[in-house]
Amino acid sequence: MKGQGSDVLLEAKNLRVVRGGSVLVDVPSFVVRKGDVLAVIGPNGAGKTTLLQALAYLLKPFEGTVFFEGLEVAKGISVLDYRRRLAMAFQEPLLFDTTVYQNVASGLKIRGMTKRLMRERVDEALGLFGISHLADRSARTLSGGEAQRTNIARAFATNPALLFLDEPFNALDQPSHEALVKDLRDIVKKTDITVAFVTHNRLEALQLATAVAAIQKGRITQFGSVEDVMNDPKNSFIASFVGMDCMLPARILSCDGNCFVADVKRGTIEGVGDFQIGDRVTLCIRPENVALSIRTTRNETSVRNLFPARITSVVPSGPFYKVELDCGFPLASFVTAASVKQLSLREGGEIFASFKATSVHAVRRGDTEQPTLAGGTDVTSA
Amino acid sequence: MDLIFEGIKKAFWLIVTFDAEVMGITWLSLKVSGIATLISLVLGISSGTVVALTRFPGRKLTIGVINTGMGLPPVVAGLFVSIMLWRSGPLGFLGILYTPTAMIIAQTVIATPIVMGVSLAAMQNLPPKLRLQIKALGATRLQMIWIMIKEAKLPLLAAIMAGFGGVISEVGASIMVGGNIKGYSRVLTTATVMETSRGNFDVAIALSIILLLLAYLINLVLTHVQQRERPR
Repeated sequence: MKGQGSDVLLEAKNLRVVRGGSVLVDVPSFVVRKGDVLAVIGPNGAGKTTLLQALAYLLKPFEGTVFFEGLEVAKGISVLDYRRRLAMAFQEPLLFDTTVYQNVASGLKIRGMTKRLMRERVDEALGLFGISHLADRSARTLSGGEAQRTNIARAFATNPALLFLDEPFNALDQPSHEALVKDLRDIVKKTDITVAFVTHNRLEALQLATAVAAIQKGRITQFGSVEDVMNDPKNSFIASFVGMDCMLPARILSCDGNCFVADVKRGTIEGVGDFQIGDRVTLCIRPENVALSIRTTRNETSVRNLFPARITSVVPSGPFYKVELDCGFPLASFVTAASVKQLSLREGGEIFASFKATSVHAVRRGDTEQPTLAGGTDVTSA
Repeated sequence: MDLIFEGIKKAFWLIVTFDAEVMGITWLSLKVSGIATLISLVLGISSGTVVALTRFPGRKLTIGVINTGMGLPPVVAGLFVSIMLWRSGPLGFLGILYTPTAMIIAQTVIATPIVMGVSLAAMQNLPPKLRLQIKALGATRLQMIWIMIKEAKLPLLAAIMAGFGGVISEVGASIMVGGNIKGYSRVLTTATVMETSRGNFDVAIALSIILLLLAYLINLVLTHVQQRERPR
């Protein structure tokens, strides 16, 4: 399994980047394991790109030490040798003014590779990224998607031990974006390459990553496997990033062992978690965990939370419909097209919404910052 | 009206028959300005690149001086080179005042700041992250500079054209340090000045047509260069 190995490929210690008196990145410890596909997520200006550039020794000056395969960069291994084991593709393709072939070959040329070997490697990279037919085209004539494929193929061709991608899909239109993410996922699977990529996009992270690092205001706020971060986001930014759209500020009213009752504006919600009475929390409820029914079923199920609701909107959202509800507090539910018909869901209709206490994810407010309010509007829908 | 008509007719005749004197003057012009441009390219591109890619105290001031130098009046360059090469001047022992060599030096002094300024702008116009991308591809410092010069080749071509265009058409410095000696240091511009003052409009017109043709060719290439798009 990817991401489960214990082989540390890259380790950074006490990484700090300070510019003009403000700390852009302050990361005491950062580890990339062999075979990891690490998604670095965070709001705009959180320091994602800065972190990546510092890790790649492209940024000067910064404090801290980076170890690559156990060797300290600039001591055990020269910065140039280290950089030649890495590759980086930026958000803008930054192609050279020559053909696609020459672009993809540029990293190999810099390494002084023989023409024959170079052709082999470039042809392979062109093939993997589906741009063989563009080999002789001038980079100047490429579409956005083609240019970005060339960019990543150029990074890939050097056969890097670690590939850094800095929001590589951001500038693409939706179809090119989806196609490239899908291809990249296949390539990563096929080649077992280690990747660290910066993203704004939840789907990209879910489709590609084995591990997630969340960075906010220059600090790592959560680091773990995709499953851990998805199911147990540590704060409201991460929760909103991983898709817990419905977030309610609440105060803990009572606790009973591992269960709590929290007061939202007009009602109480039961959830699971270890809190103190009076704690201020954010409750996150995934729309896919909210069920809708026409009749109240309070006495017949184990569901702890059940509310009469008014439907405020019914919008198609990919394969589902997203039904937005007003239960005195806002709530959302994902349902299938069949359910929309069967329950005759429509704007203004009345319905019962229910979800289990175990579907309520609570994040303590106060001990985690609220970057969603402090400028992290890039992925939040709240 | 006759004056102009006859002048143009004779001028064309001088050109199509490859009149020896006109061709000699043209060739010397191309040689002096060509060599001066070549020298200024080496000096200007390298120094312009260094200024563009490094940060040092007084950098802004340096850029200001370079930009001022781009507009250096040829007569000032001529005066400066004349003083340097004057018999009793610091380089008087060389004895090269009133020679084509002196003209090359003067024209190099004129063209170098132009090439430097355009190279500087060309380098600064490259995407700022391009340097990071080249470094990330594993380039050494020298490889990086070389790749950046290659990336800026189109605007650098403009630097060549601007430098050459500047010196082939200047007259002040060439007359001051070259002396406009017949068959030795006479170039298109100095000859045009002299022939006009003598009333030999046919020769002056012929020389001007050649000069215009050269200017037109330069602009043609420049326009072509400027119309090309950057890669993504």
